[in-house]
Amino acid sequence: MTIKEYLKKFEEGDERALSKIITIIENGYEESKEILEYIGKRTGKAYRIGITGPQGSGKSTLIAKLAKRLLSKFKEIGIIACDPSSPFSFGALLGDRIRMNELFLEKGIFIRSMATRGSLNGLAYKTKEVADILDAFGKEIIIIETIGVGQVEVEISNLVDTTIVVFVPESGDGIQVLKAGLTEIGDIFVVNKSDRIGADILFYELKNLIEMSYQNSKWKPPVILTQAVNNYGIEELEKEIINHYNYLIENNLLEEKRKKAVIRELVNNFENEILKILWQSERVKKLFEKVVEEVWEKKITIEEGVKKLIKEVKYVK
Amino acid sequence: MSNKDWEELEEAYKKWEEMVKDLPECTLPSFSTISNIPVKKVYTPLDIKNFDYLRDLGFPGEYPFTRGIRHTMYRGRLWTMRQFSGFGTAEDTNKRFKFLLSHGETGLSVAFDYPTLLGRDSDDPMARGEVGVCGVAISSLRDMEILFDGIPLDTVSTSMTINGPAAVIWAFYLLTGEKQGVPFYKLRGTIQNDILKEYIAQKSYIFPPEPSLRIIVDIMEFASKEVPKWNTISISGYHIREAGSTAVQELAFTLMDGFTYVEEGIKRGLDVDTFAPRLSFFFNAHLDFFEEIAKFRAARRIWAREMKNRYGAKKKESLLLRFHTQTAGCSLTAQQPENNIIRTAYEALAAVLGGTQSLHTNSMDEAWALPTEKAVLIALRTQQILAYEIGVTNVIDPLGGSYYVEYLTNKLEEEAYRYFEKIEKMGGMVAAIKAGFPQREIAEAAYRYQKEIEEKKRIIVGVNEFVLENEKIEIPLLKIDPEVERRQIERLHKLRRERDNIVCERKLKELKMAARSNENIMYPILECARVYCTLGEIINALKEVFGEYKEEAFF
Amino acid sequence: MEKKKIKILIAKPGLDGHDRGAKVVARGLRDAGFEVIYTGLHQTPEMIVNTAIQEDVDIIGLSILSGAHMTIFPEVLRLLKEKGATDIHLFGGGIIPDEDKEKLYQMGVGKLFDPGTKISEIVEYINNLFKEKVSE
Ligand code: B12
Ligand SMILES: Nc1nc2c(ncn2[C@@H]2O[C@H](COP(=O)(O)OP(=O)(O)O)[C@@H](O)[C@H]2O)c(=O)[nH]1
Ligand SMILES: [Mg+2]
Repeated sequence: MTIKEYLKKFEEGDERALSKIITIIENGYEESKEILEYIGKRTGKAYRIGITGPQGSGKSTLIAKLAKRLLSKFKEIGIIACDPSSPFSFGALLGDRIRMNELFLEKGIFIRSMATRGSLNGLAYKTKEVADILDAFGKEIIIIETIGVGQVEVEISNLVDTTIVVFVPESGDGIQVLKAGLTEIGDIFVVNKSDRIGADILFYELKNLIEMSYQNSKWKPPVILTQAVNNYGIEELEKEIINHYNYLIENNLLEEKRKKAVIRELVNNFENEILKILWQSERVKKLFEKVVEEVWEKKITIEEGVKKLIKEVKYVK
Repeated sequence: MSNKDWEELEEAYKKWEEMVKDLPECTLPSFSTISNIPVKKVYTPLDIKNFDYLRDLGFPGEYPFTRGIRHTMYRGRLWTMRQFSGFGTAEDTNKRFKFLLSHGETGLSVAFDYPTLLGRDSDDPMARGEVGVCGVAISSLRDMEILFDGIPLDTVSTSMTINGPAAVIWAFYLLTGEKQGVPFYKLRGTIQNDILKEYIAQKSYIFPPEPSLRIIVDIMEFASKEVPKWNTISISGYHIREAGSTAVQELAFTLMDGFTYVEEGIKRGLDVDTFAPRLSFFFNAHLDFFEEIAKFRAARRIWAREMKNRYGAKKKESLLLRFHTQTAGCSLTAQQPENNIIRTAYEALAAVLGGTQSLHTNSMDEAWALPTEKAVLIALRTQQILAYEIGVTNVIDPLGGSYYVEYLTNKLEEEAYRYFEKIEKMGGMVAAIKAGFPQREIAEAAYRYQKEIEEKKRIIVGVNEFVLENEKIEIPLLKIDPEVERRQIERLHKLRRERDNIVCERKLKELKMAARSNENIMYPILECARVYCTLGEIINALKEVFGEYKEEAFF
Repeated sequence: MEKKKIKILIAKPGLDGHDRGAKVVARGLRDAGFEVIYTGLHQTPEMIVNTAIQEDVDIIGLSILSGAHMTIFPEVLRLLKEKGATDIHLFGGGIIPDEDKEKLYQMGVGKLFDPGTKISEIVEYINNLFKEKVSE
């Protein structure tokens, strides 16, 4: 099939075309450009939710239960589940989906697993683009799960409207992580596995911490106790997502937030392109090599070398 | 031995070790047990320095039962020769039972088909293509009556590999006995009924752990009153091992499961001595001869000690680890299947030297299909040759006192205790299972084993060495008639037409009420079974109350 | 961009609980550099095909030791056809008598692997398949 045909089927709501198109983007095939042009103008309707938190904290299970609940209000839900690729074999065992077993036969639910393939920000390389595709396809809700390596995965909050951060009692270092920056990205905090010892303590610690850090903020992120496996607390989670949505709308923040994301993306892509162009220039490359030698032989300092290079930039077309 | 003697011995050993240390050892890729316990080339008293005969071994039939649970062992009574069998309809399997009994089998063992194992009727949509294929299809009391037609249940003991729906299948059996005029208290046999290892290894669970454990305690309680000769749980390491575990894991996880059942019974307020004597075990006999023998001996010693010290059992019967053994199916190969006869014979020998009470020997066609009559007969003959021709039944625990075997017995015991500690720290076996701990340990071991074979760190004859190019399999294979499914469904529909459906519905309602209360559930299950409610109907009623277990895949 | 990542679905259909082999294979293929999804137990053919389509896998591998292969393989094939996904290669392994293997090959099922198979043989098979696919 040609790209035109795929896009036509895509427009008709064909899941297989959707899936094929995602593959093309994920693998960065030539046709990507054409697809992204088509997609780019059709996004913005879906509400995006991100879920981050340590591996094994129950993110996938939570998503399964949450999506099941959301199905009573929304017909079309897309889920993107990121899993790590092995740094040794570059293979991956994509294990999120198996937790979402109960959704396999739900019409309107589309789940796609993505391996990180070396990406380091907790998401697969083309996560944003895939979310855009799902959006353009007509998904009303898109849920994105990060891999959760334990470190701070802030990138997710740039992609979504509501970011949920999941903790579990056994992640005793939870508070440290929180101090290290997760408070800034979380719109909702979840203490999952609250059937386990230590959940209450963590819950109150989190609550205090957030109250302190958000004293001057209009949105005070709620902390919710859940037990994903037992389907407990999911109703409240759903409620808080809706609250957050309303908050964004009422304060005209949704548009602002999304615009900021667009700006960030534009800046990023712009800068990347510039760098690419620069490094493609033979003159820059030559000069660079020369500068390296001069700095190495201590003929000039690094600062002087940079100045020399900047001058050259002017001649790059 | 005096201190001086020890010193002398130690010195002599060191000297010898020094002398031989550079000699080449190259016949195998590595020298370790199949579970990767490294082993030395020779064992001496130095390896069991703290050995205390009376404390560690004692005498056969006496605490701690390391040497065996009976005073006379095989001189008084041979192990029960019990071949696991079942296929097609109840009629087909009934014929196979009679065939085996007529050739000297001394106990029955029923293999159920997939739908039955999972509590589904033969006409369940998920049962398509599976009816009677991997075992016998039993959807109601009617099928069970046919299965044992002409087999007097007061004369044989019957073991049934059934777990999730154990209570229902047992009810069918008890009522079949009753119809033959054999009262409950005379019936002898075993239901596997070991749900914990289902979550860990066999995967034919139905309900979540908590209600499952409740049903199991109900069964233990019911049996202690009404069916005193019945083994209510066969705590099974077999499946754990077959799923890929090491010998140590098999030992540790199985005993831990056993302790959990004991604790559940005690929690219910039952006196440990009323139900513990009816707990039995089921182990694997794998290829590593000495390791397996050591495993059986360690198991007996640990169980006796813990039952006595930790659970305060007073009766001798409560301390006895009685066990059935099956040779390792997973050690048998699709390639050159005739070789499996030899593997099985060695494994069976280990089971007997390890003091088993009952034995199943696999057939040579194991890796292809359920056994043909011919194949199963050879497997049975293997046991008979073992029992009557080679002299191993003359002397009890003939390997007792071997430095190596005693060392390995201690070693396995030690390693098992290490696992006990870990699991207790996690909050016990149920918590560990929910967290996927034993499942992960096993998956890891299974993968390691596969890699060892691929990398030729282990030799499997016919698979990675001594391979026949372009081999053609020449043994005949059993084929299940596809008509079985149709016939079985027909019988089921006829049953539904002929029975009193209004009574059935009422009984099922009562069952659900009982399930919601804390009544013993065996009584209402028997009531349902008696009026020919089907397996699927009874299990579905219970699912409404208890929910269903969904497994997670742990790697 | 390096060469396309091959994505594989390893599935356990029906009531079969024998998962040792499926897990070993899934893990082995991961370690050989493939992206693998394991469905877990008790999947219906419909669940398997839905998953395969959403994940746009290149290959579905069924692991069947329960003897239900003559029911399940044809049903998965039928669903793949119905959903226009015949480009997804279907193969598998487990306990499948040679006689049945022949019949399934006739229907268009790919290679079926016996007990004792090395993961490296499976890897080789997949790589060959993929080579052919690219040169088509
Ligand atoms: C281990 C085992 C078990 C274990 C399973 C543990 C587990 N969690 O997996 C236990 C003890 C629990 C068990 C139970 C039963 N078993 Co069983 N079991 C076996 C046994 C001995 C070995 C299977 C095994 O794991 N081998 C090791 C793995 C690594 O190999 P493998 O699975 O064959 O996989 C390799 C290849 O087949 C291939 N492969 C497999 N899948 C796939 C998939 C793909 C995509 C590819 C490319 C390749 C591939 O590559 C793998 C690597 O080499 C076989 C007989 C045998 N020797 O093969 C019987 C066997 C499969 N079992 C059988 C039966 C009947 C049962 C029961 C139904 C018995 C009963 N009535 O109670 C129960 C059912 C349990 C359940 N819930 O499913 C029969 C099936 C008969 C049939 N199909 O006609 C067999 C053949 C034994 C027999 N002859 O009777 N069993
Ligand atoms: N005890 C408990 N376990 C849970 C709960 N939620 C999820 N789990 C389990 O935690 C494990 C990891 O869950 P998963 O959803 O895969 O976590 P993820 O890695 O964050 O996506 C699984 O075994 C879940 O069943 C919960 O509320 N309580
Ligand atoms: Mg996950």
